[in-house]
Amino acid sequence: MTVTAPAATRAPASRRPASRPPGLAGAARRYPVLVALCVGAVFMVLPFAVVALNAVKSPAEYSAGGPLSLPEGIYLDGLRDFWQRVDFGQKLFNSVLISGSVAAGAVVLSVLNAYAIGIGRIKGRPYVLAFFVLANMVPQEALVYPVYYLSKQAGLYDTRLSVIIVFTVIQAAFGTYLLASVLGHFPREVIEAARIDGAGKWQVLWRIVVPVSRPTIGVLLVFFFIWTWNEFLLPLVMLVSNDNQTVSVALGVLQGQRLMDATMTNAAALLGVLPAIVFFLIFQRTLTRGIAVGAVK
Amino acid sequence: MSTVTERSAARRGGASRRARGGGPRPRPARRDSYALFLLPGALAFLLVVLLPFAMNTGLSFTDWRGVGDARWIGLDNYRQLAGDSAFWESFRHSVAMVVAMALLPTAAGLVLAAALFDFVGKHFGPRWAAVLRACYYLPQVLPIAVAGIVWSWILAPENGSLNELLAAVGLGSLQQDWLGDPDLALYGVMAVMVWVQLGFPLVVFMAGLQRVDPGLYEAAELDGAGWWRRFRHVTLPQIRPEIYVVMVWCTIAALKVFGAVYVLTKGGPGGATNVPSYFSFQNFFEKTQVGYGSAVSTVLTALILVLALVGLRLQTRAEDEER
Repeated sequence: MTVTAPAATRAPASRRPASRPPGLAGAARRYPVLVALCVGAVFMVLPFAVVALNAVKSPAEYSAGGPLSLPEGIYLDGLRDFWQRVDFGQKLFNSVLISGSVAAGAVVLSVLNAYAIGIGRIKGRPYVLAFFVLANMVPQEALVYPVYYLSKQAGLYDTRLSVIIVFTVIQAAFGTYLLASVLGHFPREVIEAARIDGAGKWQVLWRIVVPVSRPTIGVLLVFFFIWTWNEFLLPLVMLVSNDNQTVSVALGVLQGQRLMDATMTNAAALLGVLPAIVFFLIFQRTLTRGIAVGAVK
Repeated sequence: MSTVTERSAARRGGASRRARGGGPRPRPARRDSYALFLLPGALAFLLVVLLPFAMNTGLSFTDWRGVGDARWIGLDNYRQLAGDSAFWESFRHSVAMVVAMALLPTAAGLVLAAALFDFVGKHFGPRWAAVLRACYYLPQVLPIAVAGIVWSWILAPENGSLNELLAAVGLGSLQQDWLGDPDLALYGVMAVMVWVQLGFPLVVFMAGLQRVDPGLYEAAELDGAGWWRRFRHVTLPQIRPEIYVVMVWCTIAALKVFGAVYVLTKGGPGGATNVPSYFSFQNFFEKTQVGYGSAVSTVLTALILVLALVGLRLQTRAEDEER
């Protein structure tokens, strides 16, 4: 799909100028649409720009010029103060640790489930699949109190491990659903041939199914990482001590307390936005391709 | 790695075909040994999803303050819910969230996707379309807590960028306490959610359009169909499965919305932006009315599961029609 698409969009474009030269009337009709779309896009990214603008202003500059004035220089003390006050390095570490563990764990769990459902075609397969789909839909609101209570009983309350376990399972529900339908179309001859050659089920899984499904698995890894990074309700309830909180929870709680002044707010916003933009730039391809896979299936 | 599969695929030759055609079908016992692979997942789901879900449903029939023994009170919580205006109001706000997170983004996403794909992509090149798509998608990767911080600062009554901007262009009389005025707060939250959500339908629809046969567009264009007719008669029917998926996903996301309300308004002012999810959270952890909170979340779950089933059915039907 990804291979044919650019060619398909380019073909009419390259043919067009020959058949209809881009005259003044054509340009006048075309550019307003492009301009409108660009204005819309600017509105989408404007909040990011305003935040970046104000995060590098000194408090004096901010109170003198308000939020819309241009900064006179780059003032980084606000960011540094905020970083130290909330121990942002620790929050980043927690977020990376939790999201990374969940992404890896949920992918393993999804692969095992999907192998049994998509390739093993176990009995009652449609029901098992429907179960995972519905499990994926159950809102966290309906799980949060018992999870909170049970983790207290198990001595796991306020540990990063508890959040890792819960999200590994929740994300794996989606992964199972997606991978099972992808593996359902796996060429069966390949597997049968490997089985005839004497490969066991584990070997088939790790030597053939996993390597061939690597693109889908990559998409899942990225999705699980970002989704877990952005999770709010369960981490908010489960991670109460400062040393365990994720970036999202720490910033959300600070905002909820309404104790931040404008400089702090902007420092918080910028530090929260930056990792997201970094992920976005790194994973943009995978993200858009993944959404395509997820939606068609 | 691909060489492994190619080699084994090549080696199968006629042997496997013969084995498949003539041999007996695999015995059930052999097939079911795959079930072992499902064991870790099944146990994990039992423990992390099914057990808490069952407990939550059970608790909704009790009066429990989180400590001591839960007292069985049957359907009392549900009876109380039926007469609780705060509960009904929170569901009315859910409808507003569905408008802001499913209806508006889907409609806007369709027009934008068609414009980017069928117009910008063709007249200005796919590069332009990709860059614009990236801009519209950017808010989707932002943690909702961070989006909340950004917007509550922009919409702040004092020194908020929006109010400052209005003053700067001479519309100072339109300045508002966007999130603090009970009459406006819900619209403020809705506007933020449209901004957050828009990228998702757009990207899904653009991906869907790539699988549409370009010949259809060319044929329509040769027949003299303008942009709007191509949109109605080619784009919409061709990506109907995607539209269903997006509507269902976004509606469910809208019913679950929590983080945005927590960070932007805490359900206020005076419950003007409360949603079921936040309402149950308040009952669980602020009022420690665990039984009542469980009842709220059980109703929410039932609603979502029904929607999910309807959505799945619509999706399969749309896909069947397409074939």
